[in-house]
Amino acid sequence: MATNAKAQPVAPPAGGWYGTIFLAWLVPGAGHFLLKRPWRGALLMASVLLMFLLGLMMRGTMFQPQTGDVLTTIIYCGGFLGDLASGLLYLLTVWLGYAQPDMAGHVHDYGTKFLVAAGLLNVLAMVDAYEIATKKKD
Amino acid sequence: MPKMNLSHFEAAILFALFASVVLGVITKRTDAERLRYGVRCFAYFLAALLGLGWLMKLGHG
Repeated sequence: MATNAKAQPVAPPAGGWYGTIFLAWLVPGAGHFLLKRPWRGALLMASVLLMFLLGLMMRGTMFQPQTGDVLTTIIYCGGFLGDLASGLLYLLTVWLGYAQPDMAGHVHDYGTKFLVAAGLLNVLAMVDAYEIATKKKD
Repeated sequence: MPKMNLSHFEAAILFALFASVVLGVITKRTDAERLRYGVRCFAYFLAALLGLGWLMKLGHG
């Protein structure tokens, strides 16, 4: 009796992606470097780094988690998570004593948004690194 | 750290540029597709920026 020896697609091993994701969070673009995608890693690193530095040069505010009404909680806790997503950039900035008070003016406002957006772009880069590490995409 | 003063337009253009680069890099599967998507995203950002800018100007009178 002939056996059906058709090759079934094998799910790629998912082990080992934790370290990649952690590195991708800590140093934006580093996950792609680790996964041997240096050009994509360099573009991601440059974009996140420049956006973060521009946010600092515009004297944007770093969010501190605050609770209160729903809108306050969403804005301040969400903003804090967005800032934190920049990884080492955020940690270094806080450790070095950057504490810009919230000021009126469109430049400060853009700076705050740049700082959060840098973290959110890094989240996208982390998701991409995860998909590459688990072989869901090339 | 030097302080930077940018206009609304300059800041929004820089935001659009970096966001488009990241969206292009992470979204598609080939380099040509990534480049096309990144350029298209940037064009959409620009169109929205100029469109909303004119809308606000006309709305203000």
